[in-house]
Amino acid sequence: MLLIPCPWCGPRPENEFRYGGQAHVVRPPDPSLVDDAAWGAYLYLRDNLKGRHTERWRHLHGCGRFFNCVRDTVSDHIAATYKPGEAPPS
Amino acid sequence: MMQPFRAATGGRVDRTSPIHFTFDGQRCAGFPGDTLASALLANGVHLVGRSFKYHRPRGILSAGSEEPNALVTIDRGAGRITPNLRATQVELYDGLTARSQNRFPSLRFDLGALAGLAAPLLSAGFYYKSFMWPPSFWKRLYEPAIRRAAGLGRAPVDSDPDRYLHRYAHCDVLIVGGGPAGLAAALGASATGARVILCDEQAELGGSLLDEPNTTIDGWPAPDWVREVIATLAGSVTLLPRTTAFGWYPGNLIGLVERVTDHLGEPTSVMPRERLWQVRAGRVVLATGAIERPMVFPGNDRPGVMLAGAARTYLHRYGVKVGQRVVIATADDSAYRAAMDLHAAGMTIAAIVDQRADPDGETVVAARLLGIPIYPGMTIGGTEGRLRVHSAKLANETDIIPCDTILMCGGWTPSVHLFSQSRGRLVFDAASGVYLPSEGAIGACAGEFDLTACLRDGALAGGSEPPPFAIAGIPAMRRSGPPVPAAPHRSAFVDFQNDVTTKDLAIATDEGFVSIEHVKRYTTTGMATDQGKTSNLNALASVAALTGQGIEAVGLTTFRPPFTPVTFGALAGPFRDALSAPVRLPPIATPGAMLEDVGTWKRARCFPRDNETIDTAVIRECLAVRGDAGMLDASTLGKIEVAGPDAAAFLSRIYTGDFTTLAPGRCRYAVLLGEDGFIRDDGIVARLAADRFHVTTTTGGAAFVLHHMEDYLQTEFTSLRVWLTSITEQWAVIAVQGPKSAEHLAPFIPDVDLSTMPHMSVRETRIGNIPIRLFRVSFTGETGFEINLPPHHAQRVWDTLRQHGVTPYGTDAMHLLRAEKGYIIVRQETDGTVTPDDVGLGWTIGGGDFVGKRSLSLPDLKRSDRKQLVGLLPDDPTAMPEEGAAVTDGAEAIGHVTSSYRSPTLGRAFALALVTGGRSRIGKPLQVPTPHRAIGVTVSEPIFLDKAGDRLRARPLPRAAGEPLLAAVDQLAPVARPCGTVQLTVLAPTTRLAIRAGTVAGTAIGLALGVLLPTVPCRSVIARDRAALWLGPDEWLVVAPEGASDLAAQATKAAADHPASIVDVSHRSRTLEITGPRAAWCLNAFCALDLDISAFPVGMCTRTRLGHAEIVLWRIAPEVFHLDVPRSFVPYVWACLEEARLEWTDPEPVMMP
Repeated sequence: MLLIPCPWCGPRPENEFRYGGQAHVVRPPDPSLVDDAAWGAYLYLRDNLKGRHTERWRHLHGCGRFFNCVRDTVSDHIAATYKPGEAPPS
Repeated sequence: MMQPFRAATGGRVDRTSPIHFTFDGQRCAGFPGDTLASALLANGVHLVGRSFKYHRPRGILSAGSEEPNALVTIDRGAGRITPNLRATQVELYDGLTARSQNRFPSLRFDLGALAGLAAPLLSAGFYYKSFMWPPSFWKRLYEPAIRRAAGLGRAPVDSDPDRYLHRYAHCDVLIVGGGPAGLAAALGASATGARVILCDEQAELGGSLLDEPNTTIDGWPAPDWVREVIATLAGSVTLLPRTTAFGWYPGNLIGLVERVTDHLGEPTSVMPRERLWQVRAGRVVLATGAIERPMVFPGNDRPGVMLAGAARTYLHRYGVKVGQRVVIATADDSAYRAAMDLHAAGMTIAAIVDQRADPDGETVVAARLLGIPIYPGMTIGGTEGRLRVHSAKLANETDIIPCDTILMCGGWTPSVHLFSQSRGRLVFDAASGVYLPSEGAIGACAGEFDLTACLRDGALAGGSEPPPFAIAGIPAMRRSGPPVPAAPHRSAFVDFQNDVTTKDLAIATDEGFVSIEHVKRYTTTGMATDQGKTSNLNALASVAALTGQGIEAVGLTTFRPPFTPVTFGALAGPFRDALSAPVRLPPIATPGAMLEDVGTWKRARCFPRDNETIDTAVIRECLAVRGDAGMLDASTLGKIEVAGPDAAAFLSRIYTGDFTTLAPGRCRYAVLLGEDGFIRDDGIVARLAADRFHVTTTTGGAAFVLHHMEDYLQTEFTSLRVWLTSITEQWAVIAVQGPKSAEHLAPFIPDVDLSTMPHMSVRETRIGNIPIRLFRVSFTGETGFEINLPPHHAQRVWDTLRQHGVTPYGTDAMHLLRAEKGYIIVRQETDGTVTPDDVGLGWTIGGGDFVGKRSLSLPDLKRSDRKQLVGLLPDDPTAMPEEGAAVTDGAEAIGHVTSSYRSPTLGRAFALALVTGGRSRIGKPLQVPTPHRAIGVTVSEPIFLDKAGDRLRARPLPRAAGEPLLAAVDQLAPVARPCGTVQLTVLAPTTRLAIRAGTVAGTAIGLALGVLLPTVPCRSVIARDRAALWLGPDEWLVVAPEGASDLAAQATKAAADHPASIVDVSHRSRTLEITGPRAAWCLNAFCALDLDISAFPVGMCTRTRLGHAEIVLWRIAPEVFHLDVPRSFVPYVWACLEEARLEWTDPEPVMMP
């Protein structure tokens, strides 16, 4: 069970969280202006990284907030978590 | 007294009270403090098992958890049979019943040993090469036969009556291993004030020091020093003997399994048999010691051949002599020390055969002085003896030495398994030929075998300056070099448990397997339940020699959890039977109803009367709804209050409709899509006020919809001022449906004229003095009302309506009634690939952008040949197609049946189906195949009753009031169950507000309520009789005494100038109180948070999980916690806490009333 630092509540056990997929996939502001291929990519194309991955989590059974997380998919090491709207740490 | 091999004195067993046990039916004596292995050896028994593959007689090899041979079954009665336990770890108790394994008919005469005669045929890869043809025989013949012949013990078939618990724990330092280094580390760490847990797999802490009665530390004999250290640590360190650290997981989470009662002859039922600890450690100190390596020589597996260090342990710890005449084969000085100790105890050391050419040093000289013959530069070339070794032949082929015991010491391998699991880097030490952890290990695990250094390094690892430990009594010893590979003899065993010989390794390398991981899998070396604890390094050395490489070039195989086998019981823990999943019951009890599982709920399927079958009951219920009035408990429907100035705009982006045009007091059916355009859920959106909506979801979709809405609100539509509050359990729902529903309801609802209340509308009104939200909606096609009311009043309203002639109906009738009208059920008519248009709901789609809208214009979602919802009318009106059956056009499948019923109203069977291009096929014949025949059907529109909707919109007849109104609000009595050191109580109901607001509004609301809303995460503020709990950055729970009914109004008024959401959730949950010195301990059996007062101080509050339930946990005093538990989870949470506190309180659990 991972220990995930919620940006609001601090480190909490993984069973309080729900995974939310890749982070920083932005919904087009006006989807009607997006062509079919680009919309299909928005819907279905995601990175499948080995290594440093930015992803969304929600502290579902806690403060309820979504936030972003930088996790190494090989070691499961969590390098950082940060609030929505903030840039990923370099 | 029997026990002929028990030494007259010495050992840590209690000679004053002999106890008895049976092994394969034979009654034997032993002493408290024995292991099964030591007691068997005391009785002169070496033969304890048959090997996995060749059924060779095997004896006890070791004295610890590395034991590969002495696997036994312990029988404590039905369901309590545990196979494959290592006799070296089984603590003896009076009456213990043990059996050997993998033999027939008996251990001494085993027919399976015939396999040994065929051993030349059975070498590595034999199965892969021999049982190739025909392929079908593998599954049916070869594999079952091989599995029967090769084996371990049998798993019990009865269910396990024992209890198992879990426990979450946190510490600064976890020390694995309670030997000298581990104990010194515990002393060092506890001196710094750190939170320390020390675990050791053995019954007694002390490790190798327990084998050292003649060694002194600071003047104390080593075992007494251990006793003093334990007494010092007991108050400040969590000491866990009988506890194996079996796995190291990411984030320093260590899995421990504590064997709580296996050593007891008569365990009490209040104690769990085992406890699985999940320890989150700041850092881990590995003091796991080292494992002695066997020597690899022909015949090294006969009973009577064992490890030299083990013989020393049996002598010093258990007072047992492993034999009378001993030959020692060694490559390490420590075996000389064993020779001297055994000699001193009266055993004859017939020879020491030393692989090294130049054995020298203090211990060697001492052995020579005792007159023990020493053969330098020599190994054993073979052994003789069927069920017990009786001679050793040296490799010079001339000397044959009679003996009853051969002791081996090929050196010591640090026990790096846990470190390897942590993905730590192992470093090869060329001098000793072993792998060492690069960090975090101390003592023998780090390759340090000097006792003074172990104690010093331990104290340092603990974080303290080491005191000057004064050691006396240990001779200087040279460490062995790298393991020397043996010649590839057929019967020189490398891996005892999986019967892998040097010859097998040679075959593997001959056949081209070079990678050690491949050799491991081909030969199965290191793959048995012992994971090659004694064999890995010898196998590496052999493969290195065979492939002409160094050991470090071959590399080590990866170790994986568990270190030693863990029972399924420990892993499952308390999550079985009633606790395996919460059973959520709706607030209305319906005795006599047939129940079914819907999501996590139990719902009533139907209400059979005397002599009624399910079918006749459903028919009666349907006719009652169509002809008069019926009622359904719809409380399990998900409900969400959506509040804020932008609520209508938000809902218009989440659901398919446009809700900005919905007038207050009106409702609209709404479909929720995923961004991919497919239906995920549906429900009713009701506008209570301009900025407040009451939204319903499906029963199973409630949690998903709330999560989905929060997702878009928090991450995409962030500028909208909207807040969401789950009110599923705040409101019970009674759906009253039927042409006469208004007549039945009117007397109880005086303030609303039901005859003028339009279809799809909502009113906030009352029954008696009970506040209700009254919907006029229908899921049956009839005039219908849904009464939302506080759950604790639902039963009385239900019972009263029943007395007044409203017929209860269940989910079966509900399904049938809605299908007659062609209303879909999400996840029955839809499967995640269905668009609104596919099921005829294209009319719900609004003009603006909403989640999923863009996808609806993708070419594939607009095709005319998509599957579309249609009705099917069987040509034979009594023939009912099966749900899920294919629909064909005679040639190929073009769809499937989603729902199928026999309608009493229509007097015939009918079905709903998704059919390719279905709407263009209306009126055409199709077929639904069954195993026996094809049912001919005609495609129809998916609506079978009242196509115009007259029944829905009927103006119900008014009926004068005159019936008795319901009496005033009743009270829920608090339930108190005081007992023991952990008390559990259900507190009286309180008034609770869910407040969601920005900072400015929050401040205003706090001032108005007289309790400031805290801004620090997870903290609470108490003022007079009320409290505010921080639950999220824009979310609080305000708690006040029951009856503070104007609280919501006060807060709403205060927030008038600022957007905010204030929802009364008083009925949504109940509060449990758990108090006492063991309260936190009990919570930690199910809750993974660190509840130490330093980490979870008084006043801290948070949502979290307790088992499978979500709760709000709030510490209001050091030993007092409040748990806010959703109503339907109260019985589950109560049962969890009863399970956790059983070992601290009364022998019988107190059941929830």
